[in-house]
Amino acid sequence: MNDVLLTAAGIILVTVGAGLARVLYGPREVDRMMAVQLLGTGGIAALLLAASATGVAGVENVALGLALLSSFASVAFVNASPAQGASDRGENR
Amino acid sequence: MSIVLDLFTVVAVGAGVFFFLAGTVALIRFPDSLSRLHGLTKADNLGLGLVVLGLIPRAASPLPALKLIVLWALVQLGSATIAQMIGGALRRREPIE
Repeated sequence: MNDVLLTAAGIILVTVGAGLARVLYGPREVDRMMAVQLLGTGGIAALLLAASATGVAGVENVALGLALLSSFASVAFVNASPAQGASDRGENR
Repeated sequence: MSIVLDLFTVVAVGAGVFFFLAGTVALIRFPDSLSRLHGLTKADNLGLGLVVLGLIPRAASPLPALKLIVLWALVQLGSATIAQMIGGALRRREPIE
């Protein structure tokens, strides 16, 4: 049973890692950020699976921290976006 | 009973893995950014949700199970907020023609 869970964790990590190809090919910054966001969520899922399979205490807390960090990363990205405050009139473009 | 719970875990985690796969394929293959955002949120919500659902029967006591659910709810809230923010940023950067 633990093997099944660890295998699932590995598959999720490999899959989500393949999604990082979007970081390379863009074409926009937003696409790159979405790939990183997917990596965050996939990392949380893999950590939870590993925590359940190995029974090591505290791994859920790492997943909790990862959830917090990946959320804040995207919030910071959008807040630092150069077109912030410019409306649809095309300022700052 | 244990076999039934194990089977439930395998099925739910397997479905979660499938949705992560679907989300990644969407991120790589979909043609424009808004479609990719759509695929990404599916992976976030359903993939992680099903994995958590599958792990709940394996929790030793109710409190760790509750923690899993709270973690999922947190990710859910964050993911929904971020999807809105990224959508807004996309619109500001490239107004819809």
